[in-house]
Amino acid sequence: MQPKSITVYLNHEPREWRVHPNDLLLNVLREHEALTGTKYGCGIGECGACTVHIDGEPVLSCLTLAIACEDKSILTIEGLARDGKLDAVQTAFLDHSAFQCGFCTSDMILMTRALLNEIPNPTEEQVRDYLRGNLCRCTGYASIVRAALGAATQEANAIGAADA
Amino acid sequence: MLSTNTHILFSEFEYHAPTTVNEVAELLSEYGDSARVMAGGTDLLVQMKMERRRPAHVISLQRINELHTITQNGALTIGAATAIRALDQYVTLNHPSLGARLESLSAACNLFSSVQIMHMATLGGNLCNASPAADTAPVLLTCDATVTIKSKTAEKTVPLADFFVGPGKTILGPNEFVTYIQIPLPAQNTGSAFRKISRVVADISQVCAAVTIVRDGNIVQDARIALGSVAPVPFCAEQARAALVGETFGPELAEHVGNLAAQEIKPISDVRATSAYRRSVAFVIVRDALMQAWDNCG
Ligand SMILES: Cc1cc2nc3c(=O)[nH]c(=O)nc-3n(C[C@H](O)[C@H](O)[C@H](O)COP(=O)(O)OP(=O)(O)OC[C@H]3O[C@@H](n4cnc5c(N)ncnc54)[C@H](O)[C@@H]3O)c2cc1C
Ligand code: FES
Ligand code: FES
Repeated sequence: MQPKSITVYLNHEPREWRVHPNDLLLNVLREHEALTGTKYGCGIGECGACTVHIDGEPVLSCLTLAIACEDKSILTIEGLARDGKLDAVQTAFLDHSAFQCGFCTSDMILMTRALLNEIPNPTEEQVRDYLRGNLCRCTGYASIVRAALGAATQEANAIGAADA
Repeated sequence: MLSTNTHILFSEFEYHAPTTVNEVAELLSEYGDSARVMAGGTDLLVQMKMERRRPAHVISLQRINELHTITQNGALTIGAATAIRALDQYVTLNHPSLGARLESLSAACNLFSSVQIMHMATLGGNLCNASPAADTAPVLLTCDATVTIKSKTAEKTVPLADFFVGPGKTILGPNEFVTYIQIPLPAQNTGSAFRKISRVVADISQVCAAVTIVRDGNIVQDARIALGSVAPVPFCAEQARAALVGETFGPELAEHVGNLAAQEIKPISDVRATSAYRRSVAFVIVRDALMQAWDNCG
């Protein structure tokens, strides 16, 4: 089983990785890149803790081979803030105290980001449906849903202000 | 419940990322039984983590563009590596007019686990994994779908109804793989529906049912009924269908046919549900799906 050198675009920067076929993306992120915001929860696709964006789509890094990411763009929670400025979803999670232990926070924020990219003005039902594969053992979800809706409103207002 | 580590992938293998279907056929003819095709990997990687499968060669379909495309020409021809999410969006965007006729397909896609899994899981993988619980299998059975199977030396198209052999088993030989799934475009007066019962929303079915009805006035001109998680393979309820076709539709008929379907299935008890529960629920969801499909006939 030979390792292979591949290029990926990780959090907007090109990176060279030497990976074995059986290296999982989750472990390469956490162990080689020391990006520990992406979490291991179940390892079998059921909890959402390992969610990252690949080429803009939210997917599970515990069921993704790193070698399959050749030439792809990977976004983890560490790459979401740009130029020292938090993303509106991150700000909304702070404003709404949408976390307790924080274990699910990276995946909830990345999932909410993916939702708002697709549906800028979701209903509460759409938020709950989109986040259905992301488990939280602490908050009871109410504050997370409020934060997601709050982020949507804030982005709509920001666009409105820019237009004015 | 899990006896093995799900943190790492213990087994070692060679990874192949061909860009054409012919290369896949070549690789399969070279490596045969020691190779496994991988589409989204949502079943295969879990099975490999649990050490239920140990392929020495993994052949990824991810970089084969033609297996990710959907074309329409009297039938929808769907590349086997098309993700559930992409399929759902294709039908919604390109075929709003087909909406009610293919509602069963949209519903099965939308109820498919989480959004992340919908982006990763593929239609071909759902069928080739041959789980009795595969959500798209009963839907495609009620659409009279066919699958195209390729090897280095041959290509053939077979009815999906002949594809499943047992839990985890299909008619695919070690050198063969699925390239396309075809769904004939349903006629105007067709309606369909899908119902699924699972423990929590983002979960695999305890029972699911798909129905297609072709309507002629108040009469059921033709119909298909299929269920998942109720037998060793996705199950066509033929006795129920026979009692439906040619009859005048109404709630009593839906109830009667639901009952027949619940009697002819062969459910087992497992971690997800008991056999008795599956039978009672099958009655309810077949009845409801029939009512909905009739409404969708337009
Ligand atoms: C958390 C979770 C939730 C799930 N929820 C659901 C659900 O709600 N409903 C449901 O039906 N399923 C569900 N599944 C199961 C799985 O996601 C689906 O069966 C999925 O469609 C499999 O597709 P894949 O592309 O990931 O398959 P893979 O894992 O890539 O492949 C599955 C099997 O099929 C073979 N294969 C794949 N493509 C081909 C091909 N073209 N030709 C020949 N062989 C092929 C592979 O060798 C392998 O044996 C779930 C899985 C997980 C982990
Ligand atoms: S760790 Fe990937 S879904 Fe739970
Ligand atoms: S805040 Fe603890 S799991 Fe969500």
